[in-house]
Amino acid sequence: MSFTHEIKSNRLLEDEITDNFHDISPPLTDKQVLIESERCLFCYDAPCINACPTDIDVPLFIRKINTENYHGAAKEILEKNILGGSCARVCPTETLCQQACVRNTEHDEPVAIGKLQRFAVDHLDTTQPYPFDRAASTGKHVAIVGAGPAGLSCAHRLARDGHKVTIYEAAAKSGGLNEYGIALYKLVDDYAQKEIDFVLQIGGIDIKYQHALGKDVNLNQLRENHDAVFLSIGMGNVNALNIPGEQYPNVEDAVAYVSELRQTNNLASLAVGKNIIVIGAGMTAIDIAVQSKKLGAENVTIVYRRNQSAMGASEHEQELAYKNGVSFVFNAQPKQIVGDENGISTMEFIRTQQSSNGKLQCKDEIISMPCDVVFKAIGQQLDSSPFGNDNPPALDQRGRIAVNEQFQTSLDKVFAGGDCINGKDLVVEAVDHGNKAALAIHQQLQQD
Amino acid sequence: MANLACEFIGIKSINPFWLASAPPTDKAYNVVRAFEAGWGGVVWKTLGEDPAPINVSSRYGVHYGQNRQVLGFNNIELITDRPLQINLDEITQVKKDWPDRVIIVSLMVPCEEQSWKDILPLVEATGADGIELNFGCPHGMPERGMGAAVGQVPEYIEMVTRWCKQYCSLPVIVKLTPNITDVRKPAAAALRGGADAVSLINTINSITSVNLETMSPEPSVDGKGTHGGYCGSAVKPIALSMVSEIARDPETASLPISGIGGVSNWRDAAEFITLGASNVQVCTAAMLYGFGIINDLCDGLSDWMDKKGYSNINDFSRAAIPNTTDWKHLNMNYKRIARINQDNCIQCGRCFAACEDTSHQAILKTGDFDNREYSVIDDECVGCNLCQVTCPEPNAIEMVDVDTGEEHLSWLHHPANPYREEK
Repeated sequence: MSFTHEIKSNRLLEDEITDNFHDISPPLTDKQVLIESERCLFCYDAPCINACPTDIDVPLFIRKINTENYHGAAKEILEKNILGGSCARVCPTETLCQQACVRNTEHDEPVAIGKLQRFAVDHLDTTQPYPFDRAASTGKHVAIVGAGPAGLSCAHRLARDGHKVTIYEAAAKSGGLNEYGIALYKLVDDYAQKEIDFVLQIGGIDIKYQHALGKDVNLNQLRENHDAVFLSIGMGNVNALNIPGEQYPNVEDAVAYVSELRQTNNLASLAVGKNIIVIGAGMTAIDIAVQSKKLGAENVTIVYRRNQSAMGASEHEQELAYKNGVSFVFNAQPKQIVGDENGISTMEFIRTQQSSNGKLQCKDEIISMPCDVVFKAIGQQLDSSPFGNDNPPALDQRGRIAVNEQFQTSLDKVFAGGDCINGKDLVVEAVDHGNKAALAIHQQLQQD
Repeated sequence: MANLACEFIGIKSINPFWLASAPPTDKAYNVVRAFEAGWGGVVWKTLGEDPAPINVSSRYGVHYGQNRQVLGFNNIELITDRPLQINLDEITQVKKDWPDRVIIVSLMVPCEEQSWKDILPLVEATGADGIELNFGCPHGMPERGMGAAVGQVPEYIEMVTRWCKQYCSLPVIVKLTPNITDVRKPAAAALRGGADAVSLINTINSITSVNLETMSPEPSVDGKGTHGGYCGSAVKPIALSMVSEIARDPETASLPISGIGGVSNWRDAAEFITLGASNVQVCTAAMLYGFGIINDLCDGLSDWMDKKGYSNINDFSRAAIPNTTDWKHLNMNYKRIARINQDNCIQCGRCFAACEDTSHQAILKTGDFDNREYSVIDDECVGCNLCQVTCPEPNAIEMVDVDTGEEHLSWLHHPANPYREEK
């Protein structure tokens, strides 16, 4: 077998790449904000509030924007969602608040709630005192594992309530998905770190970096040394294709590549394939496909075994991919990747079709597509190995940490939230988990 | 096609749209542009005695809607700040060049017979079609004993009007100030003095806003402000009412009226005419959009008249006056209620919030966030219209008549009225 690898860095000039990775949704101007905020009808029992996992009072903050009470608008948002700034940027608003907007009719379009929220949080008046107070110390100490959105929101609530919080973070930076997993053009200018600085201003939160659960600390120790534990460890494992050829070089986890992309100081130096195949149909698939194009890949194709209507990525996200020149192939199930220890040349798929009962059937047709890189973006799993075998928390049917309505696990005083429990795997939902778990933890600690 | 040409106190005009006495009519350049655009006439910005007053810098204050939509604005400008002779010369020339267009000259001189006696012949010599007495200007000039200071004292109005009729053969229009309690009193005084017509309303005493940084009212002149004359679409309802009061009162009903106050489009103009005006004067809309709006004013009015079968302005003049009455004559047995058209409702709940919080709890909310519905509780609905007012969808809430089967009954004859009159 012979093939030439076409994986190389500097496919585009540095300036071109910088341009490509500009903020995809630039902030609204004052004038746009005036017009957009005026469109909000200040609905009674507004459906957008209900659609927001963190229950942000959308009409109220928009009204405050409209009266130029920007600081009040920002406080309104942050009170409910301390990561309201990043949520404004990364939330799939088209499937959340903006989908619920009553203006979302055939004659109209929804109020741009996400963009208005970003404007509000960006206009928090930092010359004013920090908008949250810390209650008198309770003497209680809570351990949080993972400094992602769930862990940070939980920590902030607990700190406000006067508890001492130590966060154990495996990585060198906090932020979790916001720092390592969001497409670069959705969260620019090191926003995740700036937001975390703001979160930590409450005081009483200590973050221990490069402290991985199961390696540098273990759950039993944490339970012994703290009054409660909140697990927000995200999902550590990437689903495998389980097909021949998956072991070859350049068959990569999309999540790992995005993380590398977000952390590099020089985007042009990243190695990029010429013909890239992305397997998956969710946000991660779109993110890696679009970013590959922006780095200069010639052909990027998202291949999904079902049809377009079954895609997890919203229409808005799919449109983004089309606009960036990403191709789609539907009804094609991975069969094998052809290559050797030096790399890969083609990937083969079996043509599928949807049967009348909704089941996916394989047809007698093989599709072969040239590729030098394959990205796997078919979901992630909780990595439960850090819990070890000595009294781990119970898992649910999806293999994630089982919790009750109070976000308590099967273990006493151990709570969990974010992507490591069952949910929609959204940043805003993780924030909600953190908020609610903090409330439950606070209530329990008060009873002690 | 309907004929917009009309006659007002013997003055023929190609259409009922004149520019009111204000900055747009301050000099020949503007007036000629207005005539070129198609305006039927102008009331030339108020002339006074020399030396002309001096205006300050920073002159207009605005009252915005939330989206920078100008609801109204005010001004603290005085009468023309150009020498009398320049104005007279320009009026003479423009009238000569535009014989089919109306030029009315607005005047304001001290409340002394000699002052009027001096200026009137000069104005008459220009060939202008008439004069308008500025008894309304609410700012600046009253401090010098002119403008609204005259307009607020019916005896002065009568006296000055009489001088004008005595020393000048031109038709006299008296411009009324709304800054009084009963506009019929100055109108009646004008009539007694021999006025050919009244025009109203002049601008309303106002402070549009306060700069919360400098604590100065706007418009701010070196850190200080003063009340100015308010105008624009926000004043239209006030003007319509005042016009109708003069048209309805038997004592003043015979007075022709030139309607002024927030006329922004042809529909406003038609409304003024149905309530008593014979023509309208426009200022703010032109100041906001330029003279080009005259096209829509004429076109829209003419088209509406065609649809209604009116061939000229007189056909619908004062048409709404018979239906404009005192509260005591309204039918207390009339009932209307709100109907929410679910096909057009977008479930914003504004009607519910308004009715539940501030009115009669007559709207029922059912369902949850994803599937909610608002409907009217007929027995609780008093037909106040608030839900329709708050509704952002034009066709979602309709007010419908309910047949009560009861005959007309006004408060005048109502059994609950201790002072009722027998039918």
